[in-house]
Amino acid sequence: MNLEELKQIAEAEQEAVAPLENTVRVCVAASCLSSHSDQVKAALQSEVKERGLEHKCRVKGVGCMGLCAAGPLVEVAGERSTMYQAVTPEDAQAIVGSLGKEPVKALVLPTAQPFFASQKKIVLENCGIIDPDRIEDYIAAGGYEPLINALATMTPLEVIDEVKKSGLRGRGGAGYPTGLKWSTVQKAASEDGKYVICNADEGDPGAFMDRSVLESDPHRVLEGMAIAAYAVGANKGYIYVRAEYPLAVKRLRDAIRQAERTGLLGNDICDTRFSLRIEIRLGAGAFVCGEETALIASIEGNRGQPRPRPPYPAQSGLWGRPTLINNVETYANIAPIIRNGGAWFAGIGTQKSKGTKVFALAGRVNNTGLIEVPMGITLRDIVFKLGGGIPEGRKFKAVQTGGPSGGCVPEQYLDMPVDYESLAEVGSIMGSGGMIVMDETSCMVDVAKFFMDFCRTESCGKCIPCRVGTGHIHNLLSRISDGEADGADLELLERLCDMVRHTSLCGLGQSAPNPVSSTLRYFRDEYRAHIDQKRCASGACNIQKPAGVEA
Amino acid sequence: MQPFASKATTPSDDRRWKMVDATMRKHGNEPSALIESLHTVQESFGYLDEVALRYVAQSLRVPYSKVYGVSTFYHFFTLKPQGEHTCVVCTGTACYIKGAQRLLDTVGEAAGIKAGETTSDGKVSLLTARCVGSCGLAPAVVFDGQVAGKVTPDSVSQWLGKWAKPVESRAVVAQ
Repeated sequence: MNLEELKQIAEAEQEAVAPLENTVRVCVAASCLSSHSDQVKAALQSEVKERGLEHKCRVKGVGCMGLCAAGPLVEVAGERSTMYQAVTPEDAQAIVGSLGKEPVKALVLPTAQPFFASQKKIVLENCGIIDPDRIEDYIAAGGYEPLINALATMTPLEVIDEVKKSGLRGRGGAGYPTGLKWSTVQKAASEDGKYVICNADEGDPGAFMDRSVLESDPHRVLEGMAIAAYAVGANKGYIYVRAEYPLAVKRLRDAIRQAERTGLLGNDICDTRFSLRIEIRLGAGAFVCGEETALIASIEGNRGQPRPRPPYPAQSGLWGRPTLINNVETYANIAPIIRNGGAWFAGIGTQKSKGTKVFALAGRVNNTGLIEVPMGITLRDIVFKLGGGIPEGRKFKAVQTGGPSGGCVPEQYLDMPVDYESLAEVGSIMGSGGMIVMDETSCMVDVAKFFMDFCRTESCGKCIPCRVGTGHIHNLLSRISDGEADGADLELLERLCDMVRHTSLCGLGQSAPNPVSSTLRYFRDEYRAHIDQKRCASGACNIQKPAGVEA
Repeated sequence: MQPFASKATTPSDDRRWKMVDATMRKHGNEPSALIESLHTVQESFGYLDEVALRYVAQSLRVPYSKVYGVSTFYHFFTLKPQGEHTCVVCTGTACYIKGAQRLLDTVGEAAGIKAGETTSDGKVSLLTARCVGSCGLAPAVVFDGQVAGKVTPDSVSQWLGKWAKPVESRAVVAQ
C-alpha cells in the first residue's frame, strides 16, 4: 500500500457514488439501533429496490448524528439535504417517494437549530457521514492519508513536534499534554519493544462519547494509534474496551481486519519498516480500570488494581516496557492534526485548552445527545442553546461534569468558558465529557450520595482511605438524606472528604470526594435543610417525619 | 518444579468447551489470557461455575485462588446462572436523574425480586448496569440483550407480562 494505491481506492469509491442523486443515511449506532433503526434501514432499502431506484439512490448505515433523543435519525443527502427524526419502517414509503421532491414535512428535523449549527466537528467529522463497516468509505473521506504521509515524509520526532505544536491535551479527563507524553515514551529506551494502548474503558456513568466514536468511525481511532505507534517506536497496540459495548467491539474487530487486509496494519506497513499489530482486550466492568496502571494490570490478566507512580507507564508500563496510553478521543484528534498541521488545531479553542471537546449531553435537558464544541464555549450556550434548555419549563439547578470524579457547577458559573482550568477552579473537572443537566427536581444530597455509592462499590480495595473512607462518607450522606444527621456529622463529612482526597493511592479515591465537596460548596443550604429542618425540598429523599409534623 | 504438571482435561464433551479452548490457545495458553478466557466461558455458558474456573486455572497454569479473585473482582462476571429472561436496569447518572429507581421498584414489586436476584421459577433475573451508554435515551433498560430507551414503569410491566406467558414448545437447553 502506498499513497497512489490509497488514492485509487478513494477514487473508485467516489466514482461509484458519483451517479447517485441521493444518499439516504440511516444512523446505526447503538442509540438509534435501540429504537430499531435497523428495521428502518431495511424498509428503506426494499422501498428503493421496489421502485427500481438503485442506480440513483443508495441507502447506507452511518454512525451517530448526535441528536439521540430524536432517533432513529435518517438524513437524505443530495442536491439538498434533509434530516428526518423518529422515523419508523412505515415512513420508508413516504421518504423514498419524496426523493427529488418536497421533503416529508411531518418528519423533518430542522438542522438550522443551534444544536447542529453551533457545533464544530473535528473528532466527529465522519460520524453520521461514512459507513463504519467499510474501510473504503473512510479512505474516500481522506482517511489513512495522514498515516501514509507521516510514514513517508516525516520522522517520528517531526510527528511528535506537530502534536506538541497543536497543544492537544489528553481527552480522558486529566488534560496532560499529549505531545509531551509521546515524547517521554519516544525517549524511553527499550530493547524489547514498546506498546501503545487505547483507553476505551468508558466507565464514567453518563458518558457515551467514546462509544459513539468507536461505533461511528473506528478507523479514525486505529489511524491515530498507528501514527502514535510510529512516533513513539511501538509495534504492538491494545485497545481496552468495555465488554458492555458489544457493537463498538464488533466494529473495531471488523475495522482491524479490514485495515490488515488493506495493508494499513500488520507488517511493513506501506513498504516501510514500521509494523503494528493491534489487539482488543475486553474490560469486565471495573471503573478503576480507567486508571492507567489498573488498566495495564487488567490487560496482563490480573485484578485491576492501580500501583503507585512513578514509575509512570511511559517508562515502565505493560510487561514492564514503555507504554503510551491515550484515550479514544485523543487518538481520534491525531489524523486531522497531521493532515492540517498543529498550528491549525492550535488556532481553535482557548489559550491553554486547544481544539474541540465532545460532550455527551444528558439528563434534564431538551436535546440529549452527542455534541462537539470548540473549547471555551460557555456552559450556558451548551445547556440553553445547543441543549435547548430545560424541559417542562422547570428551573435549571446545576450541571454535573466529570462523572463520579467531577462536581456540580451551579447557575452563577454558567457564563464561564468550558476549559480544563476554569472547570477545575470551580471544583469540578473536564473529565471525559459526560455532562448531566439537573433541574429543581434533583436533590443535591441525593446526587452526592448516588456518586459516593458508585465510588464505594467501585473502589478496588487496595488502599484504606478509599476503601473505608468512601464507605463512611456514604454512611454520613445516608444519615443526612434520612434526616438522622446533626451538625457534627457535616463537619465530620468535610474532614473525611479532605482526608480521602489527600491520602488515596490513585485518581479514583483522590477525586471521589469531588461530588460531595462541590455540592457542599454551592448547595450547603440544602444540606442544612436536611439536617436542621429534616426537609428535602425536591422530595427525592425519603425523610420520615416525626409524628404530628405535617409533610 | 511444575505445580501443574498434568495437562488440564476438558470437563465434559460439551462442544462449548471448544470455544473456551480456542480462546486460550489464541493467547498461547498464557496466564495473561485469564480475563479473555473467562469472557468466553461466560459468553458460552451464561455464567462461571466452579468447574469452569478450575478448568481455566489448570489450563493457564494460574492458581485457582487468583482465578476466583479475578472473576469476583469484575462486575461483568457472574457466578450464578441467570434466569430465562434478563432485565438489566441501567443505573448510570442520566438514568438515575430520569428515574431508574422507579423502574427497579416496579420490577421488584411485580416479580418480588431485588437487583441481582432471579425469580424462584427461574423465569426472570433483575440486574443493574453501571451505564450502558444510552444516556441520550435515559432511562434505559436492556431486555434480553435488547436496549430499550425512554422506558416507563408501564413499559417494564408490559415486558414482564409478556415473559410471564408460557411459550409453546420452547426448546429446553439441556446441560
